[in-house]
Amino acid sequence: MKGFIIKEFYHIFRDVRSMLVLFGMPVIQVLLFGFALSTEVKNAPVAIIDHSNDQVTRAITTKLLSSGFFILSDQVPGEAHMEEVFRHGRVKEIIVFESDFAKKLEKDKQAGIQVIADASDPNTANLLVNYTSGIIYDYQQEYLKGFTIPVTVSAQSQMMYNPDLKSVFMFVPGVITILLMLITAMMTSISIAREKEMGTMEILLVSPMRPIQVIAGKVLPYVVLAFANALTILLLSYFVLGMPVKGSLVLLLAESMLFIIMALSLGIFISTVSKSQQMAMMLSMFALMLPTILLSGFIFPIENMPVPLQVISNVMPPRWFIIIVKSIMIKGLGFQYIWKETLIIAGMALFFIALSIKKFKIRLE
Amino acid sequence: MCFYFIGNTPPVSLPLVTENMPSNISIQVSGLARHFGNKTALNDVSFDVAKGELFGFIGPDGAGKTTLFRILTSLLLPDAGSATVEGLDVVKDYKKLREILGYMPGRFSLYQDLSVEENLRFFAGIFRTTPEANYDLVKDIYSQIEPFRKRKAGKLSGGMKQKLALSCALIHKPEVLVLDEPTTGVDAVSRIEFWEMLARLRSSGITIVVSTPYMDEASRCDRVALIQNGGIMSIDTPAAIRKNFGRALWAVKADDAYRLLADLRRFKAGRSAFPFGEYIHLVPDDERLKPAEIESYLQALGHSHISVRQIEPSIEDCFMEMMKDSE
Repeated sequence: MKGFIIKEFYHIFRDVRSMLVLFGMPVIQVLLFGFALSTEVKNAPVAIIDHSNDQVTRAITTKLLSSGFFILSDQVPGEAHMEEVFRHGRVKEIIVFESDFAKKLEKDKQAGIQVIADASDPNTANLLVNYTSGIIYDYQQEYLKGFTIPVTVSAQSQMMYNPDLKSVFMFVPGVITILLMLITAMMTSISIAREKEMGTMEILLVSPMRPIQVIAGKVLPYVVLAFANALTILLLSYFVLGMPVKGSLVLLLAESMLFIIMALSLGIFISTVSKSQQMAMMLSMFALMLPTILLSGFIFPIENMPVPLQVISNVMPPRWFIIIVKSIMIKGLGFQYIWKETLIIAGMALFFIALSIKKFKIRLE
Repeated sequence: MCFYFIGNTPPVSLPLVTENMPSNISIQVSGLARHFGNKTALNDVSFDVAKGELFGFIGPDGAGKTTLFRILTSLLLPDAGSATVEGLDVVKDYKKLREILGYMPGRFSLYQDLSVEENLRFFAGIFRTTPEANYDLVKDIYSQIEPFRKRKAGKLSGGMKQKLALSCALIHKPEVLVLDEPTTGVDAVSRIEFWEMLARLRSSGITIVVSTPYMDEASRCDRVALIQNGGIMSIDTPAAIRKNFGRALWAVKADDAYRLLADLRRFKAGRSAFPFGEYIHLVPDDERLKPAEIESYLQALGHSHISVRQIEPSIEDCFMEMMKDSE
């Protein structure tokens, strides 16, 4: 057993590709998702067409540009050129103040601002329009100070758990989940399939080693490495991305361990049904990775999916793990709030372990 | 086992069946059959291997050697028939069997990314022993590759890989050694060395079953089984197989070897003709056929530098002759 585990570590540490997947990928993924792939909008180029150029419009413009969301791009000579500017992609949004803005506001208690956004990217357009309205509303509140207002209803909104709506909060749990799933399930399934492909499995079979020993010998190194990976990702997201860990770290690590074991048993199961490394890789990639990303609620909210997909998402282990990670890291919840999800993952782990021990062949056929 | 006949016939005792004397039988196979889909890999194969015997299976690729060895090592299940190794059934007692077997699969199944030393230690480890404990058994072979013990197995030459694979198969002191085509893909010098190693191992009492597609290696075995299309054509000592050839054999050579073969195959007095290196081996229908008759037949066809001489049959001649018979 000891020799087997040592051998497995040799395999991993001597293979550049394994090392890259194990240690390069977590870092790259976390940084990519943390910095590059963010849904926040910063410094979006806007153009402002100001037909009145009075103190009110200037105040609003200053407020907009100092928010950090926008930077002033080209001066657009007039409405006629708007489409041309959009077509060149130089601005994401154009704000038009009507003429005699301040005067109208004084006299009619009403003045118009036109906000035109480039919705070829609907998410960004939506965000920009929302930011703009928010800032204008803010200005309006300030402007109304000292006036007697008839009656107004204003909604006070508060973003709980993630007040700044940082996308890191959404990505880190997903990235941890995907990486643990990928590394553990894919790497174990490939490493077992490799023994089959190289013919060494033949010798392992014609030896007194029991199936359970072969499996354990294969799996233990990956348990250790995957756990080290989970730690790396957590450290990176805590120190580099500023992701909080509000709940118990011990609980988080314990749940990660459980998820790793589940993913490993899934990996073993994949290897028992695949004959070559190639097949094991394809199976892990397409049968695991894509559903993990698409159906786990990591990117697309499960509530928005058609009902059949919602049903399928129930059997996706990552779905439950993402809930657990979010609950612990962001909401700071304790075990009593996530026991159900924990139980589901534990059940899945048992199911796959039983299945792979049953499917592990003591012969070549 | 004795049968008594009542009446005037005196009691007849039949020859002892092998079951009654298991002490010197290592491997016993009877009626073994195995199919893959509708392809027959093994068909009614029976043989015995004595303890301490060096037993060879000679036959071309696809003859069923690997399937047979995989059944013997409990890696495959037979469709019919039975096989025991050291009294252990290959189906029922597979766990015990795997303790006493040394197996070297067709490809040298080593870990390419582990060094020579690490491979040996690993394979000793899975049999719960250490290289040091059984070093005397492999010393002879392993000492030849020991200078390269830090080298990765993937970077060894074919001959060295073969030696390492044999060391790994031997390191747990098996009672029976099963070697599937150990000399395939290895240079001629290493092949000769390898058979010398097997001869030395045999003298230490290990039963060795080995397969090879090279007919010239047959003479190295105590007994050989000639195997073709999943069936055994003959089992005997190499000398007896050659002795039982039972026909005359002529080696014929001429300038145009290609035309010579075609002409000899058309030769009415000829039974079969096969190319063997620069010669063509001709088996005549009638062993009284004179060399002068062959020469005059060839001269009439315009061949030059004709040489005809009678030769002793090799195992390969016997194999060809048996295939001809089975057609």
